[in-house]
Amino acid sequence: MTEAYPQIDPTTFDLIIVGTGLPESLIAAAASAAGKSVLHLDPNPFYGSHFASLGPDELSAFLSSSSFPPSSSSGEDPATVSLTTRPLYSNVEISSLAPETLEEHARKFNLDVAGPRVLFCADRAIDAILKWSTNHYLEFKAIDANFICVENGKLMRVPDSRSAIFKDKNLSLIEKNQLMKFLKIVQRHLDPDEDASSKVSQEDLESPFAEFLAKIKLPPKIKSIIMYSIAMADHDQDVEACKNILKTKDGIDRLALFQSSVGRFPNSPGALIYPSYGQGELPQAFCRRAAVKRCLYVLRMPVVALLIDEENGQYRGIRLASGQDLFSPKLILDPSFVFPSQAGSSPEEPVHVFSEKAVEAKVARGICITRSSLKPDISNLLVVYPPRSLYPEQDITVRVLQLGSTSAICPPGMFVLYLSALCNDATQGKKLLNTAISAIEVSQISERNAGVKNEDAEVEPPFIIWKAIFIQELSAGKYGSICSTPSPDGNLNYHDLVDAAEKLFHATYPDEAFFPETASPENADEDNCPEDDGPLEEA
Amino acid sequence: MHGRPRMAPNPEDAAASAAKSQKLRSLQSQFLSFHHSRTYTKEALEISAKLLEINPENYTAWNYRKLAVEHCVKESESDPSSVKSIFDKELKVVESALRQNFKSYGAWHHRKWVLSKGHSSIDEELRLLDKLQKQDSRNFHAWNYRRFVAALMNRSIEDELKYTENLIENNFSNYSAWHNRSILLSELVKKKDQGSSTQDVLSEEYNFVRDALFTDPDDQSAWFYHLWLLQQTIQSKAPLLVSSWPANGADLRVSGNGCLGGASGLFSRLSSDLRRFPLVLFFNQNVEGISSLTVTVEASFITSKDLTWKSLSPKTSRFGRVWVAYLDISSVDLDYLNPQKVVVRLGHCPGIMSSSGLPLSKPFRLEYTIAAKPIETKSSGRHENEIFQWKEDDFHNSEGQLEESIPRLLYTRAVEDNDEAAASRWHIDTMTEEINHVRVLLASSDCKIGKLMLARLLMARDDMLSPYANKMAHSEEVLELYRDLIRLDPPHSHYYKDQSSLVLMQQLVSSRDSLLKHCFCYEGIKSSSIDGPVCLRLNNLSLSRVGSFEKLLWVHILDLSDNELHSIQGIEALQLLSCLNLRSNKLTSFSALEPLRSLKCLRALNISYNEIGSHPIDTCRYLVTSPLSHSAEISWNRDEDLPDGVDVENYWEAFLVFKDLDLVQLDIAGNPVADERFQSFLVKITPELTWLDGQKLH
Repeated sequence: MTEAYPQIDPTTFDLIIVGTGLPESLIAAAASAAGKSVLHLDPNPFYGSHFASLGPDELSAFLSSSSFPPSSSSGEDPATVSLTTRPLYSNVEISSLAPETLEEHARKFNLDVAGPRVLFCADRAIDAILKWSTNHYLEFKAIDANFICVENGKLMRVPDSRSAIFKDKNLSLIEKNQLMKFLKIVQRHLDPDEDASSKVSQEDLESPFAEFLAKIKLPPKIKSIIMYSIAMADHDQDVEACKNILKTKDGIDRLALFQSSVGRFPNSPGALIYPSYGQGELPQAFCRRAAVKRCLYVLRMPVVALLIDEENGQYRGIRLASGQDLFSPKLILDPSFVFPSQAGSSPEEPVHVFSEKAVEAKVARGICITRSSLKPDISNLLVVYPPRSLYPEQDITVRVLQLGSTSAICPPGMFVLYLSALCNDATQGKKLLNTAISAIEVSQISERNAGVKNEDAEVEPPFIIWKAIFIQELSAGKYGSICSTPSPDGNLNYHDLVDAAEKLFHATYPDEAFFPETASPENADEDNCPEDDGPLEEA
Repeated sequence: MHGRPRMAPNPEDAAASAAKSQKLRSLQSQFLSFHHSRTYTKEALEISAKLLEINPENYTAWNYRKLAVEHCVKESESDPSSVKSIFDKELKVVESALRQNFKSYGAWHHRKWVLSKGHSSIDEELRLLDKLQKQDSRNFHAWNYRRFVAALMNRSIEDELKYTENLIENNFSNYSAWHNRSILLSELVKKKDQGSSTQDVLSEEYNFVRDALFTDPDDQSAWFYHLWLLQQTIQSKAPLLVSSWPANGADLRVSGNGCLGGASGLFSRLSSDLRRFPLVLFFNQNVEGISSLTVTVEASFITSKDLTWKSLSPKTSRFGRVWVAYLDISSVDLDYLNPQKVVVRLGHCPGIMSSSGLPLSKPFRLEYTIAAKPIETKSSGRHENEIFQWKEDDFHNSEGQLEESIPRLLYTRAVEDNDEAAASRWHIDTMTEEINHVRVLLASSDCKIGKLMLARLLMARDDMLSPYANKMAHSEEVLELYRDLIRLDPPHSHYYKDQSSLVLMQQLVSSRDSLLKHCFCYEGIKSSSIDGPVCLRLNNLSLSRVGSFEKLLWVHILDLSDNELHSIQGIEALQLLSCLNLRSNKLTSFSALEPLRSLKCLRALNISYNEIGSHPIDTCRYLVTSPLSHSAEISWNRDEDLPDGVDVENYWEAFLVFKDLDLVQLDIAGNPVADERFQSFLVKITPELTWLDGQKLH
């Protein structure tokens, strides 16, 4: 067995990273750009770890693989601490309703483990991509439309810009006026040239966003659009006991991000884009960037044990499944590893936890492969089911992202739906997702029936042909002499993950810049920009 | 693209531009030598192309290329493919010039020239335009060119409308797109039948623009388009005759010496010889085609053909709201027992049209009589020493007497009821709907343009409901809106003030009773008979503009003193006016008095204590006929005999106004212009003048 693994040379590095998820890949790129010698390992045969995009079967296998068996060699050696993994995923339910169809196209699917997730055109992940010139490895597709579920299950297009408000057919004239007036308040607040009188007061900034919106007399419908489909709040903001109240300050920041995303790239009229071939492309792009800077990559290489200094219990290195021992002053592990705390820290070195707002411990995720689009003529779209839109007690937003074959993640004629909702336990999470899926199915049936008045129709093929629902643990990044990266969070974008990666990097190398100093050279040939998708070219 | 501050050039830029100009100079001299020697070789063409790529503004080079193309085409006439390649080369040169400066007049013109030759494909043009309009969606060169290309390609109006719709949906602040839409719609409306389809189009457009108004009430583009729609709505109504002088049913009495009615026979020196008297037609909008063919006048002493109709519009255009013709009654033997009947008909034969091409809403018929006055009790001989003085004591308000002087018929219900149908249900509903929407908008946003629009809409609807302006139901509300606007928007307060003055005027004349309050008998002329002449006194009302003249066509004596008038536009309709007091107003130039030139009866004019001459440059001058404009109005040429020493050059505007007036009495003191030199100038050009600033002239 040992022969199957390659020998790694050299055996000492500045930094060893295990796992090729997005935060790990960002750190690998940053560290190797800073001139560190970096070894980047992954026990899996693919890049991306928990951010990977996989075929249906691989995905099933990845979700159910609970842990790597501890290596036999890590026996009684006092200088080693065996390294175990914990399952991030539980309650995995996978059902295939048309196995033949799926079998036929199995190789054409790139299903995201950590979906639904997109990029806001102005978010930090895009900055990272542009600053590291990783845009040359990536192509993006625009999310063509955002919808929000309004009263009686109807999906309404989110009027997210001045022109969208103007064009909208669902809003009344007064609602258009109110919504735009609010967007102008935000614009004035963010405009550095405006004087203090036109800004939102400090008191208001600290107040809950929902209260602020009510104060400026926005009706519930508009409030809901702003809070859940533009500011992307997860929790019901109108409940007294809400554990995660969005402050006006943060609400405005999120609106600003959304606003500055709209129209940043000429190819993407909306705020959101998605990487072609799946989100697994993103970590892979950063890995390629790191490799250019001499980061060493080894896939299919499990790590079985940590090497510990016998005298002070400090981390020294790792033992690979091949039996080889490698040494480094620093180690970064992906969140599926469990390591004894005494191995990671010394008393004078407290563990920093890079936690954002981890109130819930879990996130429920769902993936459905469907035969038709939720909305005819639109293949890439986002749907937000705000609290109380699915059932009265619903207190968490469910987000659904539909992607079509134009994103090169599924065969033509099929679509992939990603769903997610934060939850405290599996029961709550599954209820949220299952209700959303039923709502989608119901709306599909009514849409079909409206289209064709066929009394004795033959049995329609099912709308959903493959479905996976699972619960993922949430964990924050940890810093010590052994660091741990955060798990995929419950957000729609990579904002917090990029932040966490940067903080981890700065904690590890306080004197190094996370982003390269010199900006990537301007792309000179403007005419080279493809019509629809392609590398990012700023407007 | 717009609103970028100008930066001072740094030394490197200055050096680069020096190098560029050096290169340009050498290219220029090479090019000119080729041009002069008519060299059209490949090399010569290359030089001009290079020159144009650096400087697309070089018009000579474009012209050179046109000559070159003509030369080359002549040489290869037999070979169509090489002709095409010659023109294709030109298109390429233009394109690279446009890349340098997409607002180059020369380049765009050259492209039009090439395409109009018809040897090149036009399919690429829209693609080029899309690219340029992406760079600047308000590039009017591109928009003009787009209209040219669309016409050349026979693109349907609907397709082009769809295009503007897309651009507006992208950004509804794109005023150019709205503007192009208004042009396209005008064409579309012209093509369709009048009536319901036009109304459908307008209704749809109101719905379209409303979304923009509500989304961002502070954006002007949509409001401008909305205003355009309002104008279209008003203009889609057939024109109407709203008043006339003489009024229908009037019985005119002409005194022995030819003076009219109860008023002016009494101060003979101040009233003209009315052997020719006016027939005035006043419409509710501009019309064209008033002529002896379209207006028939039946009377025993005159035929339609003898009449010459003239528009009183200050602009030299075919259109006008007020038209006048003079009837010569000098040969008529008037007798008070035997009134002469005059019948005027219009609208019976086609030809009278509004500016949007609509005919009169219905035919009109006016009938009145002219008779001599009974023998007068007191003599009315000439009194050389008579002077018209605007003394407060001389005006008396004695209603009984006045009753008769205002033509009663202006205010009869009968006229109104007949024309209730003039505005259609659709017009009124549309206005009502727009008013309601703007009210809703104003309830939630404090929006200046919205208030202005509401005022305009309210006036437009009142006008539709009551075309003779006898029921202005919302004038109080409108006045309140303008008061608000003056407070909210001081930079434009003059405009709001003018508008509210017009509304105030409308209110004043809207009923006979309110008008009567401003009518007085003038008893300052001792030679007069028992009845003094009637004077309309609109003094001291803070008016900055005057209007509603359709109700005042009968006025002989008008007092507008102590107001804030800076313009008297429209007063030309008062063809009977013989005494006018404009003392203590804000008139700043003689050009502002231009309307007086059409008042043939004016004898006494008071323009004292204004601001004429306070500004060294007459800012209204360019709005007015000048020695350089070739208007029929000015029948003056430099060779005309003028009294010696008339300073025409320095007082051109004054000369234009006063040479056409037969003033007997003029008050001009208290104006910066009124020095001795000017007085002597006045005396020379107005031979009839007897009183100047209250002093009798020799």
